[in-house]
Amino acid sequence: MISIDIEKKLKAYKGQQILRVKEQFPTGSITKIYGPSGAGKTTLLKTIAGFTNLEKGKIVVNDITWLNTDQKINLRPQKRMAGFVFQDYALFPNMTVLHHLEYATNDNAWITRLLAIGKLEPFATHKPEYLSGGQQQRLAILRALAIKPKLLLMDEPFSALDPENKSALIAELKVVFEELGTSVLIVTHNPQELDGLTDRELRIH
Amino acid sequence: MDLTPIYLTLKLAGITTLLLLLTGLPVAWWLSRGRSFFKIMLEAIITMPLVLPPSVLGFYLLLAFSPQHGIGKWLQHTFDVQFVFSFKGLVLASVIYSMPFMIGPIKSALQQLPVSLSQASYSLGKSRWQTFIKVLLPNIKPSLLTAIVLTFAHTLGEFGVVLMIGGNIPGVTRVASIAVYDSVEQMDYHTANVYSLILFAITFVLVIAVFIFNKYQLKSPLE
Repeated sequence: MISIDIEKKLKAYKGQQILRVKEQFPTGSITKIYGPSGAGKTTLLKTIAGFTNLEKGKIVVNDITWLNTDQKINLRPQKRMAGFVFQDYALFPNMTVLHHLEYATNDNAWITRLLAIGKLEPFATHKPEYLSGGQQQRLAILRALAIKPKLLLMDEPFSALDPENKSALIAELKVVFEELGTSVLIVTHNPQELDGLTDRELRIH
Repeated sequence: MDLTPIYLTLKLAGITTLLLLLTGLPVAWWLSRGRSFFKIMLEAIITMPLVLPPSVLGFYLLLAFSPQHGIGKWLQHTFDVQFVFSFKGLVLASVIYSMPFMIGPIKSALQQLPVSLSQASYSLGKSRWQTFIKVLLPNIKPSLLTAIVLTFAHTLGEFGVVLMIGGNIPGVTRVASIAVYDSVEQMDYHTANVYSLILFAITFVLVIAVFIFNKYQLKSPLE
């Protein structure tokens, strides 16, 4: 079970607004998160991953407290190890596709499988600048999966994929998520694209 | 033709660059992460040699490390170390004087990297050190090279600071720039010309090398 109860001030064009989220997600659930721009969807994911601090909140993942501002508990991102797919991919320009995965894990069999899932075997020795937008996005997803995370946070993870690649990848990912027992939170601007993958939804205002 | 001043200059520039690389990297990294009043103050102090007359910096270093006063006296009594009119003093002055040339380009390059690169690495369980070595450093290579070469080249050309703290002791503190000045004072234009040409050639080759390397990296050489 993932339990999130947070409150964070957001800088907005018209002064400040508050992001409040109080939700529980069953282990292994796949949730789509949507809402208007600037509502704090990305901030929510970054807060869960431990990239941003907040004034008040509590995050418990599988009975481990990641954050509790009252008790002054705040696990570092390295301890949380939530898989994170960034909206800008955040690929490492100096690393090839293979190096990205090897940087994340030593499990060669898993790396081989991930390359197959992302259809990136022919590009294993390519650096990000020589990949298309869709290939870069797939690599970002594979890198996040490489650590076999218990919680995966995805920020607009399919925005650069064509419909054919998207549905093939989503089908593969669904199997992987089930296998790993991974809970997934997916931020999207297009909730319909995730029909068939997600089993829950959260709207942020 | 005595080439000792050239040898001393190259030795001074090499040691200064190495010391600044080792100390400047962590400082630049630290300065690139967030802002605070203390960081702004430190950055201002590091930048001072860029705008301060070298003789002023040299004068204060001379006072500070003189065996008759403060730190210099303490160093002399405690460790039997004397910085004034010694090669060690030249290294110390050069490190302070060339510091902005090493730290500035590295700090700027680190600041220009998207913060999501570090975050992605942290989310994979990697420490700050691993992230710095495996992700950040390889992606600022052109700026790192620029910083190294600028520091080396700038140290080759130092005059005011080294003259103030080191004087003009042949074989000890008489570096090439001082030897040029000394030769001109003695109307020995031939020797001054040889030293000047050697310094000019070394500096030119270094700067050209940086421009060529950075062109292949598709980056501005001054980034």
